[in-house]
Amino acid sequence: MSAIILHWSLLMAHFMLAVGLVFAIYRLFRGPRAQDRVLAFDAVYLNAMLQVILIGMRTGLNVFFEAALVMALLGFVSSSALAKFLMRGEVIE
Amino acid sequence: MNPAELPLWTAVVVALLVLLGAGLAMVGAIGLARLKSFYERAHPPTLGSTVGASSVLLASMLYFSVGGGRAAVHELLIIVIIPLVTPVTMMLLARAALFRDRSKEYEQQLAHEAGARRAAEELAQAQAEAARRQEEPG
Repeated sequence: MSAIILHWSLLMAHFMLAVGLVFAIYRLFRGPRAQDRVLAFDAVYLNAMLQVILIGMRTGLNVFFEAALVMALLGFVSSSALAKFLMRGEVIE
Repeated sequence: MNPAELPLWTAVVVALLVLLGAGLAMVGAIGLARLKSFYERAHPPTLGSTVGASSVLLASMLYFSVGGGRAAVHELLIIVIIPLVTPVTMMLLARAALFRDRSKEYEQQLAHEAGARRAAEELAQAQAEAARRQEEPG
């Protein structure tokens, strides 16, 4: 019973996150200005990280947690670097 | 770890938390795609990055703790990192967007003023030309 519940809820969650990824990628390609694209990029990173966490729960392996941790940190660093670039025109001054 | 060995309450709680988190992330992404201006669009993705990510990670924590038979709390790292870090990015991005919008307005204003000045110069030149033609004999 619990295996069935877990299987279907994880599948639904994968589907929802995939729909979220599609909408975020739509904004990433459409976005009228650069700041919209950076925002969408951040959302894409977050949804992909949650997908990796769900894959880790599905397989029961701890490796995926470390991948998700790296993705969380890289998402922060890259988004703030892009925001800084939009502000100043260069990242490291 | 075999998911069939988990107690039923754990499976139900994990399923609810995962569905809540994924649903919030999806709603945030839909809001990101649908809202009109950048400053409105800055709000919805934070829905997924605070409560959404936290509940998915809590579900993962519960799943690995009960399934593994010992406390697995390393997901707390991401739960702490993501809500701590999202406002920083959003502040930087909103300031950059504000700066860009303001500098665009300023450039438009400058262009407008330059156009007006050029028109005034052309008018003065034409008047001077006309006056010179009148002064010329014939």
